[in-house]
Amino acid sequence: MATEEMEQLVRREYKDGFVTDIESDTLPPGLDENTIAFISKKKGEPDWMLEWRLDAYRQWLKMKEPSWAHLNYPPIDYQEISYFSAPKRPEDRPQSLDEVDPKLLETYEKLGIPLHERAALAGVAVDAVFDSESVITTFKDDLAKEGVIFCSISEAVQEYPELVKQYLGTVVPKNDNYFAALNSAVFTDGSFVFVPKGVKCPMELSTYFRINQENTGQFERTLIICEDRAEVSYLEGCTAPQRDENQLHAAVVELVALDDAYIKYSTVQNWYPGDENGVGGIYNFVTKRGDCRGARSRISWTQVETGSAITWKYPSCMLRGKDSIGEFYSVAVTGGRQQADTGTKMVHIGEGTRSYIVSKGISAGNSDQSYRGLVKTGPRAKGARNFTQCDSLLIGDTCGAHTFPYQEINNSTATVEHEATTSKIGEDQLFYCQSRGISEEDAVSMIVNGFCKDVFQELPMEFAVEAEALLNVTLEGAVG
Amino acid sequence: MLEVNDLHVTVEGNEILKGLTLTINAGEVHAIMGPNGAGKSTLSAVIAGKDGYEVTQGTIHYDGQDVLEMEIEDRARAGLLLGFQYPVEIPGVKNVYLLKAALNAQRAARGEDEIPAPEFMKLIKEQIAYMKMDASFLQRAVNEGFSGGEKKRNEILQMLVLKPRLAMLDEIDSGLDIDAMRVVAAGVNSLRNDDRAILLVTHYQRLLDYVVPDHVHVLVDGRIVKSGDAELARQLEAHGYEGIEESAA
Repeated sequence: MATEEMEQLVRREYKDGFVTDIESDTLPPGLDENTIAFISKKKGEPDWMLEWRLDAYRQWLKMKEPSWAHLNYPPIDYQEISYFSAPKRPEDRPQSLDEVDPKLLETYEKLGIPLHERAALAGVAVDAVFDSESVITTFKDDLAKEGVIFCSISEAVQEYPELVKQYLGTVVPKNDNYFAALNSAVFTDGSFVFVPKGVKCPMELSTYFRINQENTGQFERTLIICEDRAEVSYLEGCTAPQRDENQLHAAVVELVALDDAYIKYSTVQNWYPGDENGVGGIYNFVTKRGDCRGARSRISWTQVETGSAITWKYPSCMLRGKDSIGEFYSVAVTGGRQQADTGTKMVHIGEGTRSYIVSKGISAGNSDQSYRGLVKTGPRAKGARNFTQCDSLLIGDTCGAHTFPYQEINNSTATVEHEATTSKIGEDQLFYCQSRGISEEDAVSMIVNGFCKDVFQELPMEFAVEAEALLNVTLEGAVG
Repeated sequence: MLEVNDLHVTVEGNEILKGLTLTINAGEVHAIMGPNGAGKSTLSAVIAGKDGYEVTQGTIHYDGQDVLEMEIEDRARAGLLLGFQYPVEIPGVKNVYLLKAALNAQRAARGEDEIPAPEFMKLIKEQIAYMKMDASFLQRAVNEGFSGGEKKRNEILQMLVLKPRLAMLDEIDSGLDIDAMRVVAAGVNSLRNDDRAILLVTHYQRLLDYVVPDHVHVLVDGRIVKSGDAELARQLEAHGYEGIEESAA
C-alpha cells in the first residue's frame, strides 16, 4: 500500500471538537501572588494551604523550564494563561444528575460518556471534573460504608486536612520540577482517594477530565493513598474540545502505597492534538509518581496516550519498601504533528524490589515520539530486578521514533534487562488481512491493536474496550 | 468463472508472465505445475491483488467482472481467496478474531448480518475438528509460532470457514509431512463441489495423488506450454519438466 494511503488513514478530524457554552467565573490571564490568593480564597482554603501554595510559587519563580526533552514548541507565556475557572454557582452543587446542567450532560453524551448509564451499569463511581470544579460525585455513599474516601482534592482540604497535610507533596515535592512547582502553586482541582487498612475498594474509581475554557490552564492535583493491605484501581480519562490556542496542562499525581498495598492507575488520554499543522493542541506536562513506601507494596501504571500536541510525561515508581513492585505499561500513539516524549522512571531503593516496563509506541504522519526510561538501582537494593521491553511501530515514512534508555546501576546483585524493537507496519500483514476480505482500515486497526495487546490486557476490562476504540478513532476516524 | 487472457506481468522490471491464457469453470480443479521461477505463484498473487505486480498486457475476468479494477478486499468478498505459500504472522491478533472479522466482512458485502456468536462457534468447531487441529489454535495469535504444517492447515481452515467460489492454493503442499498432507488434501477435497473451482499451484505431483485435478497446466518461462488431465502430472513426475519443454518445442 502506498504511503500516501497510510497517511490518509491516520489523518482524521478530531471527533470531540466542540465547545459547551457555560458561563464561567474565570480569572483574567496572569499569575502573581494575588492570583494564588484568589484561587485559595475561592476554594475556601485554610491558611496553611495558601502558605503551601505561595511557597511553591516562590520556588517556581527561581526555576527554569526544562529543555532536555526531545520536543519542539514555542515558548509558553505564563502570564497569558488564566488560572481559574469554574462553572457558576460553585457553592450550589447539584445533588443528583437531574440537577446537572443539561448542556454539561450533553457534552458527556457527545464524548460517548453516558455518565448515568455507565456509572450504574459498570458499578463505577465517577468524579467528573468539568473545567476546574468537580461537578458531581456518585456512589460516594457506597464507598463510605467501606471507609473509602473519594472526593475532590478541594473537598479533602476542607474535610480531611490532616490526611492532606500528611501526604501532599511527599511523593512529588513542591520544587521537584518546573511544572510540578507551578501545579503546586495554582492547582485548582483533582481527585483525592484514601483507602484504609485492609480494605479492597469495591469498585473502579474513575475521573473524566475535560478542558473547556479558552486560555485556561488546567492544573489538577491527584493524591491516592492506600494503607496497609488496601487496594484500589483508578482510571483517569481525558478529552477536550477544539481550540485555536494552545492549552497548557500541568498535572501532578501522587500515589502512596503502604505495606502490601496495591494501586493500579490507568489513564486513557485523548486531548485535542491540534489540527493537521499542529495548531491548537494541548500541551501536556505531567508529573506522575508512585511511592511504594511499604514492604511488598505494588504500584502499576497503565497508560494509553493518543492525544495532546506535546506530551511530557514519565509516570514513575519509587521502590522503597522491601520486595515492592513497580510496573509501567504504555501505549502511545502519535499522528499529525504530535510530539511525545514519554516513558518512566523506576528507582530501586529497597531490597528485592522488582520493576517491569512494557512500552509500545506507534508513530504515524509527521509525528515524533521518544521513549525515555530510567532504571536506577541504589546501593541497598540487593537483588533488584528490572525487565524493560520497548517496541516501536512506524506507519509511513515521515514519522520518527527514538528510544533513550538510561540505566544507573549501583549494585552488583541487580539484574537489568532491556529489549527494544522498531518495525514498520507490514505490507505483507496488510495484504494477508485484505486478501481475506477485511478492509484496509480494519486491517490497520487489527494489526495495531494486536501490537498493543500486552498493554491493553493490563487495563480494566471495560476500559480496554474503550482504549481499543480510541486507538481505532485515532488511526482512521472510525471505530472498527 | 475465471478467464485469464494473454496476461503479461512485470515484477521490478522483469517480465515474469509472458502471455498466459487460462479458463476455469465452476466445478473444476486446475493444477498449475512448473519449475522454480516459471511464474506459478505470480499468477495467483496477481489475481488476489498483491502489490508490486504490474500487469502490462492482458485481462483477468471473474464472472464477467474486471478483476484488475477491483480492490483487494472486494476480490476476496466476491469469492476469490488465496491460500498463502508463506502465511504471515500477526502478533497479538487471535486466529479466531481474524476468522470472524473476515467472515463478517464477506457477509456484510453480501448484505447479510454479522454471524451470531453461537453459530460461528459451531461452524468453527466443526471445521477445526475436520482439519485435526486443536481448539487452542483459535486463541493463538495468527500464525505466530505455528509450524510449517500448522500454518498450511490454518490456511485450509480459513477456506473451509470462508467458503470461496474460487480457492487458489499456492504451494499448499510444500513443507508438509505425509500425515499433514493427507489432512490438507482432505480439506481441499471437501471444498470440491459443482459451484466452486480450485486452482492448485504446485511444484510436485505428490499432492495430486490426493487431490486429483481435472486439468493440469505446465507453466514454463511465463507461458502455459502444455495442458492435459491428471495423467500429464504423472508424466511430469516420470520425465521432469525438461522432457515436457522438449516435447512442447
